[in-house]
Amino acid sequence: MGMRLEHVSYIYSPDNAFRKQALKDINLEIHDGEFIGLIGHTGSGKSTLIQHLNGLIRATEGKIYYNDQDIYASDYRMTDLRSHVGLVFQYPEHQLFEMTVLKDVCYGPKNLGLSDDEAKKRAKEALTMVSIAEKEYEKSPFELSGGQKRRVAIAGVLAMHPDILVLDEPTAGLDPKGRNDILDQISSLHKQTGITVILVSHSMEDVAKYVDRIIVMNRGQVFMDGTPKAIFDRSDALESVGLAAPQVTYVMRCLHSIYPDMPMDATTVEEAKTDILKYLEADK
Amino acid sequence: MIRDITIGQYYPANSVIHRLDPRVKLLGTIVFVVTVFFISDFIGLLFATAALGAVIVISKVPLKYMLKGLRAIFILMLFTVLLNVFLTPGEVIFQLGFLKITMEGIVLAAKTAIRLVYLIVGSTIMTLTTTPNHLTDGLEKALNPLNKLHFPVHELAMTMSIALRFIPILTEETDKIMKAQQARCADFESGNLIQRLKSLIPILVPLFISAIRRANDLAMAMEARCYRGGIGRTKMKPLVYAKRDYIAYGIVLIYVLLWAAMKMWL
Repeated sequence: MGMRLEHVSYIYSPDNAFRKQALKDINLEIHDGEFIGLIGHTGSGKSTLIQHLNGLIRATEGKIYYNDQDIYASDYRMTDLRSHVGLVFQYPEHQLFEMTVLKDVCYGPKNLGLSDDEAKKRAKEALTMVSIAEKEYEKSPFELSGGQKRRVAIAGVLAMHPDILVLDEPTAGLDPKGRNDILDQISSLHKQTGITVILVSHSMEDVAKYVDRIIVMNRGQVFMDGTPKAIFDRSDALESVGLAAPQVTYVMRCLHSIYPDMPMDATTVEEAKTDILKYLEADK
Repeated sequence: MIRDITIGQYYPANSVIHRLDPRVKLLGTIVFVVTVFFISDFIGLLFATAALGAVIVISKVPLKYMLKGLRAIFILMLFTVLLNVFLTPGEVIFQLGFLKITMEGIVLAAKTAIRLVYLIVGSTIMTLTTTPNHLTDGLEKALNPLNKLHFPVHELAMTMSIALRFIPILTEETDKIMKAQQARCADFESGNLIQRLKSLIPILVPLFISAIRRANDLAMAMEARCYRGGIGRTKMKPLVYAKRDYIAYGIVLIYVLLWAAMKMWL
C-alpha cells in the first residue's frame, strides 16, 4: 500500500518560451509509516514533485497510484486524495485567513463535510499536537508570533487526519528553537500515530536526525534513495550536486584519519558523542 | 487559469520589435490604438489587420500566447456584444418577445468586438516585447517635457513599472494560495454564486495581506538604497535612438499618412 509513482514527468509551459522540464521519469514507492527526507538543491524539482502527491499538479506523463488506485482515473475523486495526503506548503502561515485561530484550523475539516462540533474537536486535537495553548484559540491568527503562526497552519492540515503528511521546508525562516520545536513535534506525531511523513528540506542536519529514508533529487530526477547512512557515505556524490553530508560526519572522518579505530559513520551530534565516548572508554 | 494573464507580461524573444527603443513602441501603440477607433469599413479593417499581423509576425511572440490574454476580457466582450446586438435601434431582422435583433446592432457589435480585441492585442504587443524597466525609461523620457509643468513624471513612470512588475508576482502568489487552500480541500468550482463568492475569501484575505507585506518590503528596500525620486538621478544605460528606430518612426508615419489618405479619398 502507500503511494507509487511510475515514470512521472512534468513540463511547465510546454508550448512557449517559458518551457521547463521540472521532473523527468520519476519512479518511487512510498510505504506506509515511513519517515522520508526529500532533499535537493533549489530548483531540483522537490516542490513540483510533492504537489503531484495530492493531485495539485497533473503529471505530463506517467502514473501515480495511491493504495493501488490510479489517481488520474476519471472516476477518482481528488478530494478523497487530498484528505488522505496532507500537504503543508512553504511558509504555510501565508494561507491563514480566518478571524480566529480555531476557525482557521476548522476550515479543512469543514471542507471534508464534517459537522461543526466534529470539526472543532479535530481542530482542538490538532492544535494540542502542535502545542498551541487553549488561550490562543480565540485570538486572531495574525496576532501570533511567526513560529506560532506556522504551527497553527500545520495544525490546519493535521486536523484533516491525513495518512501521509508532506511538509515543504517547515522550518524555513524560523529561529533554532522554533525549528527544533516543530521538528520534534512532527517526529513525535510520526511515532504516536504512525502516519507517513515526507519532510522536504535542504538542511542535512535536520534530515539526518529524524528520517529513516532519504531521497535526493537533482535536476528533476531521483539522484539517490536510501538510508541516511548509505546516502551520507557517498558525500562526494552529494557534493557534486551542491549538497553535503552533515558537518558532524566530516568531523568524524577527520577523527577517523587520526585515530583509525574511531567509527566514522555518525550522522548526528548525539551519535558522534556516543562513538567518541565509547572510543575513549576503550582507549583507557 | 490564473496563469493566463498576459497583459503587462514580458515575453523573451530575439526580434527587431524587442530591440526597438521603447519610445518608438509607445508612439506606435498610441497611433495604432487611435486608428483602431477610425475603423468604419472593410478596407480600414483590412488595413489595421495587416499592420497588426505584420507586427505580430515580426515580434516572434507566438500568437497563441498573445491571444491567451484575451480570455481575461471574454466576459466584458460578451456583455458588450450582447448589449449592442439587442439594444441598437434599426431594421429588425429577428424578434423574440421584447428582444429585437437589428442589422445595425449586429454590425455595431462586430465593430466593437473587433476594436476591443485589436486594442488589447495592440497594447499587449508593447508590453510583451518590452521589459518593464525599458518601458519605464521610455515613458519617463517621452513625458520629460511635462516636468516643466511640475508634473511628477518620474514618479508616475516608477509607479507604473512597479504595478507592472507586481502583476506576475501577485498571480504567482494567488496560484500558491489557491493551491494551499485546495490542499485543505477547498472547492472553488461548485455551488451557487453566493457560495462561490464566499469560497474566494480564503484566497483574497491572504492575497491582500501578502500584497501589503510586499509593498512594505519594497518601500523599505528602496529607502535602504537611498531612493529619493527622480531629481538628480542619472541612468546607467540612457536611451539612445539607433538607425532602426528612425526607420520604425518612418513606418509609423507612413501608416498614419495612408490612413489619412484613405479617410480623405475613399
